[in-house]
Amino acid sequence: MPSAVKINALCELCHCRKAVMRRPKNLQKLCKECFIHVFETEIHRTIQREHLFYRGESVAIGASGGKDSTVLAAVMKTLNERYDYGLHLILLSIDEGIVGYRDDSLATVKRNQSQYEMPLEIVSYKQLYDWTMDEIVACSGIKSSCTYCGVLRRQALDRGALKLEVHHVITGHNADDMAETVLLNILRGDTARIEQSVNITTNSQGSPVKRSKPFKYAYEKEIVLYAHYRKLDYFSTECTYAPEAFRGTARTLLKNLELVRPSCILDIIHSGEQLKLKHKRRNASSEMEVRSNGSVSLPNKDGNRCERCGYLSTNRICKACILLEGLEINRAKVQIDGTSVDGAAKLTKTLEHLAF
Amino acid sequence: MSTRVIVKAEFLGGLDSIFGGIKETKCTVEANDSTLPTIKDLIKHITDHLLVSPNDYCVFIQEDTVRPGILVLINDTDWELEGELDYELESGDVVTFTSTLHGG
Ligand SMILES: [Zn+2]
Ligand SMILES: [Zn+2]
Repeated sequence: MPSAVKINALCELCHCRKAVMRRPKNLQKLCKECFIHVFETEIHRTIQREHLFYRGESVAIGASGGKDSTVLAAVMKTLNERYDYGLHLILLSIDEGIVGYRDDSLATVKRNQSQYEMPLEIVSYKQLYDWTMDEIVACSGIKSSCTYCGVLRRQALDRGALKLEVHHVITGHNADDMAETVLLNILRGDTARIEQSVNITTNSQGSPVKRSKPFKYAYEKEIVLYAHYRKLDYFSTECTYAPEAFRGTARTLLKNLELVRPSCILDIIHSGEQLKLKHKRRNASSEMEVRSNGSVSLPNKDGNRCERCGYLSTNRICKACILLEGLEINRAKVQIDGTSVDGAAKLTKTLEHLAF
Repeated sequence: MSTRVIVKAEFLGGLDSIFGGIKETKCTVEANDSTLPTIKDLIKHITDHLLVSPNDYCVFIQEDTVRPGILVLINDTDWELEGELDYELESGDVVTFTSTLHGG
């Protein structure tokens, strides 16, 4: 049995306990206690530096029951109490209507509700759009399910927040997610999205709900370790509808790069932050940026509203409504001739040409 | 000299799905020579005996080691600090494999 801990196995901060992990960003070896403390403190510093919240603010945590949002809820509760932010925290969950996947993860969120003593609001695609994801996939096929789900989820979170009269939603997107998005935008030549994809806070033009990512600089690996060491209760099963293939490839590339050079995740985010578009022809950028000093850049004066549903949209009809319209046509056809109609790919093409 | 150890393996973060839903199990690991069994021998044991479908081999293994994105902890310590594949197992060790790749 290893009776004595070797000197080089000691925590580099407290020098008294055994190091259990090595931080990817700086290769520092830490014990369990120091790691938890350092992780939380760094999130607190990000929150302070970026002025993410104000005292008395109501903040909804986009909670999926997965590791990132579960850790986000745990850390936010801890910091809100430790540093007396004075925030009113609420869990906001989306029920996409995916039997066997979302059922189990919502059960996790419900346990989190009592574990973290936060109110919980669940909004469902069914109640908002009269479609569940299962019905959408049955109607339009599995191929573009992520595109559909992404469009609908974005609106659903906003609508859920407004229902609660909350104007700030925070999500568990971590540094790996940010780096992956930068990488994807570069690989697709989607340069217009690089700049906005690394913002810690975004606010759809004129939208009453802003979004922030307090874990922007937190490594996925550290989030999993944090959940493990604090024995947090999270849910981990891949969504029944497999993610987009290209995104998966980019994620694998990123993980292989991280193995060789762990700092690369933060380096990619840094590169994304430094890339600025030449401002020649900004065609209706729909995102406005809330800068760290609190000032705001407005690309257009007013947000347009969707003619159908009234949701903010740069186009006459919003993405969700276009998508739902296509689905309704498919549903009608399916009901008439009983065969599956493949309008999904065409619809996805239409959606890709619209600015978000 | 016995070169046989009994350790506990855990599959977390959704990784249990490729091991028939098993989240933890006792593994009897033997080295194929007179040395002490290592994590490498445990991984061979796992892929030989616990993996349900050979198609999922690449979900767990890449280039003769555990695939990047799967966190390996030996008694709660990251295996990076314990010599990774060459760590010599002791009876009673708990080796945790956690997928970090599943949705957040
Ligand atoms: Zn320490
Ligand atoms: Zn609309």
